[in-house]
Amino acid sequence: MLKFILKKFLDLIPTLVGISILSFVLIRLIPGDPIMLKLGERGADPAVYAEMKRQMGLDLPIYEQYFIFVKNALQGDLGRSIVSNISVTEEFFSRFPATIELGMTALFIAILIGVPLGILAAVKRNSFYDYFLMGGSLVGYSMPIFWWGLILILFFSVTLGITPVSGRIGIMFDVEVVTGFMLIDTLLPVNLRNEGIGPFLSVLSHLILPSIAMGTIPLAVMARMTRSSMLEVLGEDYIRTAKAKGLPIRKIIGVHALRNALIPIVTVIGLMFGSIITGAILTETIFSWPGIGKWLVTSINARDYNVIQGGILFIATMIVLINLVVDLIYAIVNPKMR
Amino acid sequence: MENVIEEKMEHPLVEFWGQFSQNKGAVFGLAIIVLFSFLALFAPLIAPFDPTNIDPTNLRVPPIFSSGGAPQYFFGTDDVGRDILSRLIYGAQISMLIGFFVVVISASIGTFLGLVSGYYGGKVDRLVMRFIDILMAFPSILLAIVVVSVMGPGISNAVIAVAIVAIPGFTRIVRASVMAEKKKQYVMASKTFGAGSFRIMFSEILPNCMAPLIVQGTLGFSDGILNAAALGFLGLGAQAPTPEWGIMLADARPFIESSPWMVTLPGLCILLVVLGFNLFGDGLRDALDPRLKR
Repeated sequence: MLKFILKKFLDLIPTLVGISILSFVLIRLIPGDPIMLKLGERGADPAVYAEMKRQMGLDLPIYEQYFIFVKNALQGDLGRSIVSNISVTEEFFSRFPATIELGMTALFIAILIGVPLGILAAVKRNSFYDYFLMGGSLVGYSMPIFWWGLILILFFSVTLGITPVSGRIGIMFDVEVVTGFMLIDTLLPVNLRNEGIGPFLSVLSHLILPSIAMGTIPLAVMARMTRSSMLEVLGEDYIRTAKAKGLPIRKIIGVHALRNALIPIVTVIGLMFGSIITGAILTETIFSWPGIGKWLVTSINARDYNVIQGGILFIATMIVLINLVVDLIYAIVNPKMR
Repeated sequence: MENVIEEKMEHPLVEFWGQFSQNKGAVFGLAIIVLFSFLALFAPLIAPFDPTNIDPTNLRVPPIFSSGGAPQYFFGTDDVGRDILSRLIYGAQISMLIGFFVVVISASIGTFLGLVSGYYGGKVDRLVMRFIDILMAFPSILLAIVVVSVMGPGISNAVIAVAIVAIPGFTRIVRASVMAEKKKQYVMASKTFGAGSFRIMFSEILPNCMAPLIVQGTLGFSDGILNAAALGFLGLGAQAPTPEWGIMLADARPFIESSPWMVTLPGLCILLVVLGFNLFGDGLRDALDPRLKR
């Protein structure tokens, strides 16, 4: 097992090097001059320009720039945003909780609804329920979420007027941010004492539409995965044995079958991180959610080199690491994989 | 006796249709694809107006079936008075073309990489798969956005960006089939006859990997259309006044309260086409993959 883990980690190194090169090179290929962007459109004194270039390290040969980038990145320094002059790491971690909060809520909805629906479809195989649910899940899977978000706004915010259109919390609340997760922060004693339960409800109402929009595709995937995984398990001999023993159906499905059917489902949840980030980019743009996705889109439009480079490096590294953890968990659960 | 034998030997296509047509969803998917292909092919004949034609006297006219609609504009008009129906029909043309080119580009590159990687194995395989791992570490839309910002926004660059993102899917699926196929006797036989590596790869192994490749190609269509529309929506794909569904949605956003039809219709088209290809792809997989045969 130790050898397996070690091999997996060694495998990771070339991938991470590749990721760092790709994010470094791609960003340098983006047309537009970051110095001119910073100095303004009207241009600058050549001396100021050269000084600026030296300061930003852009006068060095490209490979030296890359080594400096990697050296700093390993120490957690990804440079400063060209637009705001705040450190990229700091900007990333100040926005990351918003994305995680949204992503987790979306995933929570997806699991809470998707898994039971998948079980229902599997148990009532080839019935009306099954066809209806699987048809519905394929519609969910095909959903353009940038449109789905707008439709949710149109229905719940514009027509019914029950949910806010954008942001994380009503502007009238003054909440002290401690963890960055608004659902937690608003329930902290200090904020409860000052503002009561109002801010928490406001956060919930802001969270609901974007997390539905973001959770739709994972929900569909979850339902389909659960169904096929359940069907496979329900065909096994030990289930027949359990039936023969006269165990109640509820117990067979809920305990015996589900426990084994959950293994592939857990894997899928782990691998969903990438699609959560993809979802975040579109959802956050629509709902003006102050997270990583919106930050990256804004930075790309502003040609903020360091932010894009640092941001995609962060995300790609995180995805690779999460995949590794999923692999390892899978290997522990299923020794055949080693 | 002869008749009996003949009846049993059905043409593969007939057998395929027999399998495929049992799946109602797949047939529905095929119908959607046929409908939108028809719209795409004959757009100039079907569309009542030019998609960029502006009618300043009829701004944001609602569809014909809601109050205030004008008879000549079936789905109403947009904020500058263009006929939405015509724009949707031309949008079908653009989306189908995008899907087509995305699949052609990503399938060619992905298949080539998968063939080489699976056939040679060893170092070549490790190198190719490393490259694929790196591509897959970036969330699809993010990678596409970065690629488009490198090359500049526009429809052809969006196609390239979305195609790059789709390469890993093809490579992995072809590699897996090649690894299974290359151990079979027909490959050995053709090696014995002195066939070169490329001949074995392309004219012996590849035809036997077609089933999963066709399924992946169909699903690639839906991903391609969806991602390209997302890029259009973010302002990085096709540019105004192109009647692309993604841009139509982005343009309609400010009018979501007053003119909801401008938002509803383009998205519905994207959903339908993507759903069509997904249904069709699922049906193809069931019909082509003997392991899943009922």
